[in-house]
Amino acid sequence: MRFAFTQEQDMFRDAVRDLLADLCPPEAVRASWENADGRVPGLWSALGEMGVLAAMVPEADGGLGMTDVDVVRLLEEAGYAGVPEPLMEHATVAVPALAQAGSPLLAAAIAGESTVTIHLGIGGRFVLAGGQADAIVAERNGGLVVLDGAKMHGVESVDQSRRLFEIDEAGLEQPLVGADLELASDRAVLGTAAQCIGVARRLLDATVDYVGQRQQFGSPVGVNQSIKHHLANVRMGIEFAAPLVYRAAYSLARPDQHDASTRRRDVSMAKMQASDAVDRACRAALQCHGAIGYTFEYDLQLWLKRGWALSAAYGDAGHHRTEVGAALGLC
Amino acid sequence: MDLDLSQRHVAFRDELRTWLAENNPDEALPSMDTAEGFELHREWEKKLFAAGWSVPGWPEAYGGRDCDLIEWLIYEEEYWLSGAPNRVSANGVSLLAPTIFNFGTQEQQDHFLPRMASGEHIWAQGWSEPEAGSDLAGLKTKAILDGDHYVLNGQKTWCTRGAYADWIFCIVRTDPEAERHRGLTYLLVPTDAEGMERRPISRLDGDPAFAEVFFDDCRVSADNVLGEPGQGWAVAMATAGSERGLNLRSPGRFLAAAQRLTELAREVKAASGLDQRRCDEVVDAWVRAQAYRWQTYLTAASLMDGAEMGSEASLMKVFWSEMDVEIHATALRLLGDRGELMDDPTSWLDGYIFSLSGPIYAGTNEIQRNIIAERVLGLPRK
Ligand SMILES: Cc1cc2nc3c(=O)[nH]c(=O)nc-3n(C[C@H](O)[C@H](O)[C@H](O)COP(=O)(O)OP(=O)(O)OC[C@H]3O[C@@H](n4cnc5c(N)ncnc54)[C@H](O)[C@@H]3O)c2cc1C
Repeated sequence: MRFAFTQEQDMFRDAVRDLLADLCPPEAVRASWENADGRVPGLWSALGEMGVLAAMVPEADGGLGMTDVDVVRLLEEAGYAGVPEPLMEHATVAVPALAQAGSPLLAAAIAGESTVTIHLGIGGRFVLAGGQADAIVAERNGGLVVLDGAKMHGVESVDQSRRLFEIDEAGLEQPLVGADLELASDRAVLGTAAQCIGVARRLLDATVDYVGQRQQFGSPVGVNQSIKHHLANVRMGIEFAAPLVYRAAYSLARPDQHDASTRRRDVSMAKMQASDAVDRACRAALQCHGAIGYTFEYDLQLWLKRGWALSAAYGDAGHHRTEVGAALGLC
Repeated sequence: MDLDLSQRHVAFRDELRTWLAENNPDEALPSMDTAEGFELHREWEKKLFAAGWSVPGWPEAYGGRDCDLIEWLIYEEEYWLSGAPNRVSANGVSLLAPTIFNFGTQEQQDHFLPRMASGEHIWAQGWSEPEAGSDLAGLKTKAILDGDHYVLNGQKTWCTRGAYADWIFCIVRTDPEAERHRGLTYLLVPTDAEGMERRPISRLDGDPAFAEVFFDDCRVSADNVLGEPGQGWAVAMATAGSERGLNLRSPGRFLAAAQRLTELAREVKAASGLDQRRCDEVVDAWVRAQAYRWQTYLTAASLMDGAEMGSEASLMKVFWSEMDVEIHATALRLLGDRGELMDDPTSWLDGYIFSLSGPIYAGTNEIQRNIIAERVLGLPRK
């Protein structure tokens, strides 16, 4: 019994954190709001080179053979850095599904030469980066298919780095025989929860910095107890959500020990707590910044809006609370 | 990450589970915060001790089983899930004992620990004073050295079960010239010492659980100083860490309470239905208990790797105390009109009233949030 990450897992996480700090600073996130494809130049291929895009593929298929436990904190880092790429969609949902089905699209996807996004029932109507992606792994009739050449139109997200698309015509549907829809859905929910944790941590760090510097009444505003308690509450929210995210990753990584309904319940617990944590972080971060946080120019908004979007994406806290209630035989 | 229990852990769990099933009292004991209930709970402690289950985490020499942190967490989960009695020894075993292990002399360890483990000595905590609550460093009870004894004068209050306990661990001012955190000493005081008077105060639930303790030239051997004289604050902070973190309130009791809550909710659902809001409240309570459990296992792993628990204990204290209120408040809402009945057999009301003290004792949650902000997050103090 050991509920902890290994040194290797820590090292991989640190390497990804460094890469993102380098290639995806706030200026890059901001630029992705305005550029043509909503992406960060060079980042995708760098993630491919580092093996992040191949992490969840068996070694026999050219991947790193990693599990949900290995990658869960990489997505947390993606949230922290504000990565606008469809990283969760591609690396932890689409690619493992392609691998399960032995799809010919796999090789390019794990090398970072292509981008595959997803369209699952639990994710609602819109497809993140649908217009930029080379293919879409989609839910159809209780299974997964690859959509090739779907016709779509763009819709605007409050987080303008999230390039959303709505499908008008699905085009060709290639069944992904052997790919597990339930697992894919669980991974999408969990990956979103992990990013929520990262966004919440970023908002907290930024706000702790700010309230330590901003002077009013002759002292930093952070000396005031109401500010302290707001931020203590944010820290509490993160502290007691992250372990459930890691615990759910373990459930997904060990299907031998967790049946599908337990996995779904664990994933729902994680998303429910993570959504609540990031909501709380968004509210407190803005409040503790005052008006500067309420501007379009100031970087805080990049994480606020990501937080809003991810909190609701793949089921908000209320949705997952009801899921847990059903699992407990209550609703 | 590997959540399988080892064979050793499974054997440990099964042995305990069997023992509890065979030995738990058939009927709930009366409140340990009354004179009668106190002694019945002491008897239970003796029974636990005789079977080697009173202090499993301690060395065998003192009556324990040398079990590791994971086993201890398993122990707590099994213990509370089985519905076993509350631990009247908790102030000693959970708060004072870690401090004695850290700061006590060999003689003190050899003398006090086995007696604490066996239930012969039940301990109370004598820190708060009428003028020193959150601001503990403002305490005034004086202890002046006279030969090989300290002479105590002053008053302690809110001393839980202090009216029945055998010993009280106190913080006293041994240097009346020194201010605040300096000049304090951690002193172990027997309740049969001459010059000590104890008066019970009824708590919110009506039980005479608190005591006021008056010292009037009360003489206590200087051998009973824990740590160095004058270093009482540092020693006390070690105890406070135990009080806030997982020592006093491990996940086991909240998992058990959350389990009982979901069972109650299922009964209510079957009888009269459960609306979405009640359902959400029950889920919230249950998920919080799970969150506390896994946060604790994460913490346990890092402690076993050699990390030290610092101000992070305050995160746990705020969380468990507020979760406990939520669990019980939710249960009362589910009970509907039964919720206000004093002798409802479910005892949720008693639990609710007790849970309300959690955000106050062990350092109020306002103080804990200050600690989180200043020492965990690094916000400026002034
Ligand atoms: C059930 C129970 C059992 C107890 N058992 C024991 C025991 O066995 N031994 C013992 O020594 N003591 C015990 N206590 C006492 C407990 O330690 C104190 O109640 C606690 O330290 C708070 O002190 P106080 O009650 O004097 O409140 P005060 O310190 O007077 O506080 C009143 C209010 O002001 C707030 N406040 C105070 N200072 C600040 C600040 N700086 N910032 C923000 N808010 C502040 C507090 O949070 C609280 O809300 C027990 C208390 C309870 C309720």
